[in-house]
Amino acid sequence: MNERVLMLGNEAIARGLVESGCSVATSYPGTPASEILSSAVQWRKACGVPMHIQWAVNEKVALEIAYTASLTGLRSAVSMKQVGLNVASDPLMSAAYTGVMGGFLVISADDPGPHSSQTEQDSRLMAMMAKVPVLDPSSPAYARELVEIGYEISEIFRIPVMLRPTTRVCHACQDILPGEVRPLRREADFRKSPARWAATPAFRFELHRELAEKLAAIAAWPRTAPARLNPHAEGRRAVVASGVAAAHAGEILLESGLWDRLPIYRVVQPFPLHTAFIAHLFAAYEEILVLEETAAVIEMQLLDRRRVRGRMTGTVPEAGELLPEIVERLIAEFAGLPVKEESATAKGGGRRPTLCAGCPHRSSFYAIKKAAPKGIYPSDIGCYTLGLNLGGVDTVLCMGAAVSQAAGFYQAYRLAGKPVDIVATIGDSTFYHAGVPPLIDAVVQGARFVLVILDNSTTAMTGFQATPATGIGAANEPTGAVDMESLVRGCGVGFCKVGTPSRLPEFTGLLKEAVAFSHERGPAVVIAREPCVMDRRQSNRLPPRRKVRVNEECNGCRHCTEQFECPALVYDEGGQRIFVDTLQCTGCGVCLHVCPRSAIVEEDPGGGNP
Amino acid sequence: MSGQVRQQIVVSGVGGQGVLFVTRLLADAAIRRGGSVLTSETHGMAQRGGVVVSHLKAGDFAGPLVRTGQADGLIVLKEENLPLHREFIKPGGWIVLNTPRPGAAEGTGGVHAVDADGRAHESGNLQAANLILLGFALARLGAADRGGRLFCSPDDIEAALTQRMGDRESALRASIAALHLGILRGKR
Ligand code: SF4
Ligand code: SF4
Repeated sequence: MNERVLMLGNEAIARGLVESGCSVATSYPGTPASEILSSAVQWRKACGVPMHIQWAVNEKVALEIAYTASLTGLRSAVSMKQVGLNVASDPLMSAAYTGVMGGFLVISADDPGPHSSQTEQDSRLMAMMAKVPVLDPSSPAYARELVEIGYEISEIFRIPVMLRPTTRVCHACQDILPGEVRPLRREADFRKSPARWAATPAFRFELHRELAEKLAAIAAWPRTAPARLNPHAEGRRAVVASGVAAAHAGEILLESGLWDRLPIYRVVQPFPLHTAFIAHLFAAYEEILVLEETAAVIEMQLLDRRRVRGRMTGTVPEAGELLPEIVERLIAEFAGLPVKEESATAKGGGRRPTLCAGCPHRSSFYAIKKAAPKGIYPSDIGCYTLGLNLGGVDTVLCMGAAVSQAAGFYQAYRLAGKPVDIVATIGDSTFYHAGVPPLIDAVVQGARFVLVILDNSTTAMTGFQATPATGIGAANEPTGAVDMESLVRGCGVGFCKVGTPSRLPEFTGLLKEAVAFSHERGPAVVIAREPCVMDRRQSNRLPPRRKVRVNEECNGCRHCTEQFECPALVYDEGGQRIFVDTLQCTGCGVCLHVCPRSAIVEEDPGGGNP
Repeated sequence: MSGQVRQQIVVSGVGGQGVLFVTRLLADAAIRRGGSVLTSETHGMAQRGGVVVSHLKAGDFAGPLVRTGQADGLIVLKEENLPLHREFIKPGGWIVLNTPRPGAAEGTGGVHAVDADGRAHESGNLQAANLILLGFALARLGAADRGGRLFCSPDDIEAALTQRMGDRESALRASIAALHLGILRGKR
């Protein structure tokens, strides 16, 4: 390949992995990181290199598998979104001490904004806590280059290295010239050293001292030292930026005529910040503006409050993405230029996301509200979080918490002697990820609630990845599978039944049965099993399609749009009634059971007369 | 790369309309023209029917986002987004708009309008509104090297389509047909 091709940031990172001879790549899907692993599958095929690539049940398992491959001398990588790193933090902290053999990259994608996450947390802080170096790319092309550089640091200093792209790198596209793929031809060769790989606290102290020495050396490693982007510019003030903020800042300096007057440095390795760079900054400049996302990682290593401006001084907003309009204003203020009034950021708002037309989750939520109208509804992370719009979701905390929160609500209300219906929802992939331990706990404690596992046989939100039940791997290869019902029963749950949510009346009945069971006997599980309508691989498994229309009985009460919110049911302001948008309708037929006036009817199935 | 047109375009719509596809075709076209390109896309939850906006910067740029007041043009697949994203346009910039009432919208404030959804419906290819709108934009604005206002030509986009969909012949044929439908509408 010797032509520039358009690559998504995540494709570029995956390309970097394949080019650098990564042998084992693992991940758990999460926006904005998901496409790293699927792209690695594509590049592996295109380049014909041997690699083990897999989705793991969660990020902790993913990290442990990839890390261990590195102990055998192979290069490996784990990728995830930033909140996934919370799940994987336990092994990461320890792996920093024990170190690596083959290069080991932890790719953790942050989401300033946030656009598709629970938090705006900064993985670079996690790198600081673990005491591992972190690299902060400013573009897809640079992210690809930093993969190889990361592996070099990892192997020279025997340390895990974090690569921290943000949404604007992961989901940016750029023209990139693919590099050469150089197979390393290494073979697994684990050298036993229990003092390191199974270190007891006494040895851990030694390892910690060793780690400090490694970091000091990495803070002097020339290849990742900050780059002065405009060496000719002179002044007593300087901008220090990393990640995409550095790209915005460079462009803005050029366009505003400050390029020749305001020195700017791009930091590639925010931690550990190069010692000589810190000394240089304070020797050369009176004032320093730090632009980075989303925490003050560089800033807190520049220990002079009087000269450094950033998030900690309130100069840079504490929350939210550093959009280029904000960077423009900050730079103008810093340089003493007039701030343009019109440089406001674009308005937010507009149409909110909603479950797709025909999504089986919509019927599940509708049924839950019918079966337990006064219930508390803990939920979880996935497309079904959008059950929020339907009043079917009261809490969303983190992966797996639907189950533990249901238990928490139960215990709190039990103490008060006030029984309450609790119906929790969790997706299939999320259940395997982190829902099993709290279900075991609920059985042990006899917590009384219903758990509805929304089983659409895919990880829909992040792009339809397989789940542990589907028996398909990252490259569509056959894998083992874990049967959900057996797993639930194995946890000790006494009520476990499967239903089809689009058969609304039966499904509501099943939920009522489960609620009644939970009142008496502890947790009940209902598996709501129906394929995601958007998952092309499952289209042959959808229940039979039905053609629906709205007749004259519709009086425009809007029950169906407000309580059910199918995007294919549209209110016509002129006619003051509902019509079916045939462009969007998937023919699931659920709305037939939703209209209180029975105004939504099936077209004569035989006649086919529109 | 000397002489390459430097252009910033924002594409706006809602999840499921094919905003990403239009953006990537334009990005492919920029590369075909020998230039650099950066785009920024919306993924994740917003793709479930929420507001989806992508940015495209053809030419020599460092960051992937277009600042408000800097875009040369705005392609709007969902009319209700116009008030949200109009601010991206710089004075004198163009807007290509998909609307059921093109007559009413046309002409005011640099707007070029077409009922792409309606045309898609007529053609029997319901998913094709994005390509119809793109074809319309290409024809209406014209390629910069022929005195027009867009950095690329219909030929560039057709080539990009062929490259992306070459292995799926019938889908490719339908896509090119949709593009041409738009082009026909865009010609004055
Ligand atoms: S992608 Fe699937 S699971 Fe997600 S909202 Fe759409 S139909 Fe539902
Ligand atoms: S059949 Fe009814 S509920 Fe199902 S997609 Fe069509 S309008 Fe929506």
